[in-house]
This record gives sequence, structure tokens and C-alpha cells, in this order.
Amino acid sequence: MAKTSRYGSTYTLAFEQPVIELDKQIQLLKDRSNSAAYADELAGLETNRKRLLEKLYQELTPWDVVMVARHPQRPQTSDYIQMMCHDFCELHGDRCFGDDPAIITGFGRIGPHKIMIIGHQKGRTTQEKIACHFGCAHPEGYRKALQKMKLAEKFGLPILTLIDTPGAYPGLKAEERGQAEAIAVNLREMSRLRTPIVCVVIGEGGSGGALGIGVGDRVAMLRFAWYSVISPEGCAAILWKESNEQTNIAAASALALTSLDNLSNGLIDDVIPEPPTGAHRDPQAAAKQLQMWIVDRIRELKRFKPETLVQRRYEKLRKIGEVALAGTPPSH
Amino acid sequence: MLLIGATNRMTQVPSQSSTDRTDLRSARAKKGVPEGLWIRCGQCATMLFRKLVENNLCVCPDCQHHFRISGEQRVQQLTDPGSFEPFNATMAPVDPLGFVDLRPYPERIAKAQRATGQNDAVQTGQAYIKARRVVLACMDFNFLGGSMGSVVGEKITQAVVVAGEHDLPLVIVSCSGGARMMESGFSLMQMAKTASALARFDDQDGLFISVLTDPTTGGVTASFAMLGDVILAEPKALVGFAGPRVIKQTIHQELPEGFQRAEFLLECGFVDRVVHRSELRTEISRIIDYAGK
Ligand SMILES: [Zn+2]
Repeated sequence: MAKTSRYGSTYTLAFEQPVIELDKQIQLLKDRSNSAAYADELAGLETNRKRLLEKLYQELTPWDVVMVARHPQRPQTSDYIQMMCHDFCELHGDRCFGDDPAIITGFGRIGPHKIMIIGHQKGRTTQEKIACHFGCAHPEGYRKALQKMKLAEKFGLPILTLIDTPGAYPGLKAEERGQAEAIAVNLREMSRLRTPIVCVVIGEGGSGGALGIGVGDRVAMLRFAWYSVISPEGCAAILWKESNEQTNIAAASALALTSLDNLSNGLIDDVIPEPPTGAHRDPQAAAKQLQMWIVDRIRELKRFKPETLVQRRYEKLRKIGEVALAGTPPSH
Repeated sequence: MLLIGATNRMTQVPSQSSTDRTDLRSARAKKGVPEGLWIRCGQCATMLFRKLVENNLCVCPDCQHHFRISGEQRVQQLTDPGSFEPFNATMAPVDPLGFVDLRPYPERIAKAQRATGQNDAVQTGQAYIKARRVVLACMDFNFLGGSMGSVVGEKITQAVVVAGEHDLPLVIVSCSGGARMMESGFSLMQMAKTASALARFDDQDGLFISVLTDPTTGGVTASFAMLGDVILAEPKALVGFAGPRVIKQTIHQELPEGFQRAEFLLECGFVDRVVHRSELRTEISRIIDYAGK
């Protein structure tokens, strides 16, 4: 794992290559025995570097966004809980099969609100990543999430879900234990939970595995998150017959997976701003933005009666879809 | 005839040109049992007289292999003759994202429409099954792999709503590779939309019989298909969340014999009954007599 530098990241993404040249110059100056004499030059280079990075992040392609969303130092659910939440009380287990670490659940306080927090967890160390299956939950993860959400409903607590998964785990055991059923039931039950639900895609929003904890009254994405029906690689492999650098880029563009695309297509309610060069460079600032959004939305939603929330949630989903009424059926 | 109101965001588009509908003979070839006097069984490899298979509900008389059938054939097989009254027959897909892969999405739509004679991958309507009135939806794998985009999601949702309004049992026969990639997020959200409609139907104590046929995978399994009050499956139907190929790539080993087949799901506890195609009408009627209103 790369060390965290003063820029918050030493892991360079492909589109960040242009700053490497500046980094070299900065390092050369710093390494000089009389580097103090070059303080002004150094400051100038640092400013240029910052400007260049910001410019690069303003012009990201959809595929670049996917790379940022997967950045190894991007804050995860556990990080946001630590930064936003006081007195987090983790709750484990689905009361049926086991405890999936790929989904974290528990009581927490964010701002003035006592809430239930549900979130995908990818893991930071190799050991954690393996335990979490890199953020790919098993059926028991989705069932654990639902069990805790029902707990929240019973005690009138709003629910926050943080979405960050490449997709639900595709494996033998997951199928045996009913991956599809677990997700399907979550979709049905979340649509009628009588308590406010706010959802945020904080990194990757991969397909049904993301949606499985993603049905809510307000759904948002962090600026550099992605959310789509399939990963660009999966889409490229099927529709372009092969996943490679070129087809991945094409698929990422075609899928309209960025936060701004999803917002303009009416599939999410809000885009939450990130630090100009990504949440991984300034996790605290990212957490602050996220927290503001959560606190505001929950305050708004708490004003509604539970039956009104459920009705509005239904109506919102009911409107999604673009169809045409053709003049005649192609009957025969 | 039940009347279905138009929903939001529907736009009138020009009617399909007649050329779109001329090629129906070759379209037949694409549906279910392939064209030709003789066909080979996909399971036992026996050469079979085509007419014989068709007269046997497209089931191999030798090994009982269930051939995949079109939505249209499914409606014919399940319903009392002449009783099917379609809903939203004219509802057709649009291209909300301007999606282009190796070919533009509108081209793929037009080709699928010509090949199947259908506007999209599901037929919905009201019908009678052994004199029991039902709302029925039958998916068609021949239309872009039976994938669920906005039209499938909307038609299924409207069918659920109608069943709720009229206190009718709902029967959905799934046959789909999952959500339709070319409508991306719109397709994904159809999973939530259909599931939320089923939540209401459930609140109304409506009876939903879900019939899983070969194949039912991805976003269709992970939404309405797995939400049946009673779930039936045809013998050996492939049913799962992830496709076998993706699983094989993930775990780097061969999949066990019969994995993700209907009988496997029965064993794992996710299917109520595995039902031979010739028994489907009887079984559905039986369940309606127990649980329907
Ligand atoms: Zn055979």
C-alpha cells in the first residue's frame, strides 16, 4: 500500500500522469542541500501542481471517474462512519446464516440525528479485502441489512445507506443461499419501510448489488462515484465481445454512469460535491460535505408521516422509465 | 377489457413502417423450435419430427427436454383459447441514452422487433387459465435475451397494478438474461419499480405466482421473479443471479453438475415446485383455488 503524502495520495491514476513531471521537479528542488533558497520556486511549482490536478479532475472521462471511484485510498463506509458519526454501535449478523463483513450495520449519531447506518465495506488491508470479498456482499449481507433496517423502522430511526460495491458476489455459495432472492426482497421491503431512508453512492454503484441497499426517499451520489446497471468491464465483455482498455472506455461512456449523468437522467436526486481532486485527497472535507447532505435530508424527511414517505417513495419509482406508445403493434 | 391509463413520460411516436412487419416468415424461424421439418433435441440429440414436438408443448417426447418457447407460444399454451386480451400492446422501447456499442441500440430494437413480431420482451394481459381469470405476463427470450428495460419494467408494473385493482391473481412467466444494458440506470431502476409495485400488491393480499423458465437470471431474478407468493419452475431451467460464466471466472473452477438448475433451487429452498410444462395449467389453477380470492 502506498504511503499517504501531503497530497493525500501517492497512488497515481493514469490520467494523473501529467503531474508526475512536476513531482520530479519538486523533488529535485527539495533534495538540494540549499533547498531553502528555492522556497519561492518550490511554492510556485506546488501551486502549478495543484492547479493542474484540479484541471485534470474537471475534465475526467467516465472511465477516469470509475478509476477515481476505485482509488485504493478513497474513503470507505468505515472511514465515513469514523469521521461523521459519534458513538457508532455496530450490530452484527442476519439472524439466519452469518455475519457478512461486506456490509456494515449499526446505530449511530450524525449531527442531531440518531439513525441506522448500513454500508458496503471493501476493506483496506489485504486481509480485510479478502474477508469483505472486495465489497461484494453475499446474501447474508443483504439479509443482515434488511434485518437492521426493520429494527430501525420499529424504533422510528431514519436509515442511511452508503453504497460502494462492484456488485453482489457471484459465487457458488452466494447462489446456493439465494443471492437473487435476498436482493429482490430488499427492494420490495425497502420500498415500504415506514421510516425515512437516504442513500448515497460513495464509490462504486455496481448493479443489483448496489440497488439492494439503494431504495430510498432521497438518493445521491458523491461527485466521483459511478452507478450503473453493470460495470464497464462487464458491459464491454458482453456487448463489445471483449473487455480491454478501449472497450472499457467506450462502455463507461455509453452507460451514462457518472453522478452528473444519473442526475440529468432523473435517476438520483442530488450530486454531493467532493474536494476538487477527489475524496481520497481530503477525506475530512468529503465527510463534511456528505454529513451536511445527510443531516439536511433527514431533517426534511422527518417532517413527513410514514405513510406519506412510503407513498412518495412508490410514486417516485413509478415514474422511472422511458417508453413510447407506438401507433400500431407489430401484430401478426 | 381492462383499461390501462397512459403513464408519465410516454410520447407518441410514428407507427412502425409496414416493412418492419413483412418478414414474419423468417421471424418464425427465430422463435422457439427452429424451422425445418426435423429438429435435433438439445439434450438427447435425437432427431425429432418438428410437428410432433410442437404438438407436445415443445417438449422432447424422448427425454422431456423443455425447448425454449416464445412469449406468444407461452400465452397460447397457458391460456384458455381466445381468452388473452393484451395490455399495452403498442408500448415500445426508446433509446434514452443514445446507446451505441458495436451497433446502435435502435438498430438492435428494430431487428428484434422484426424477428419476434413483438414491440419488446414481454406480453402482458388478462386471460383465463382453466376458467380462472388472471393477469398474465410472459417474457420472450428471443427479444434481446428477454432483457428488462423500461418497457418490460413498465408493462410488468402496470400488470401488477391492474391485478391489484381488480383483485385478480397475477402470473408472471419469466425468461430473461436480466436487466437491459442499453438502458443502463433506467433498466436497473425497473427492478426497484417492479418490486415496489409487488409490495403494494402484497399489502392488498394479492396472489402472485411466479413461473421461472430457462433461463431466468440477473436483474429479473433479483427483482420480481423471486418475489412470488408461490414460485414454480420448469424442469432443468437455469435460474440464478450471476450467470454460470461469470461465476466460473470468479471461482476459477468447474461448476457442479446441475448447479443453478430448477431442481438445485428446489433443494436450496428457493422454489416451491418444479413443474412439467404439461402440468403448468393444472398447477397454476390448483394454487389459485387454494390461495386466490
Ligand atoms: Zn430429447
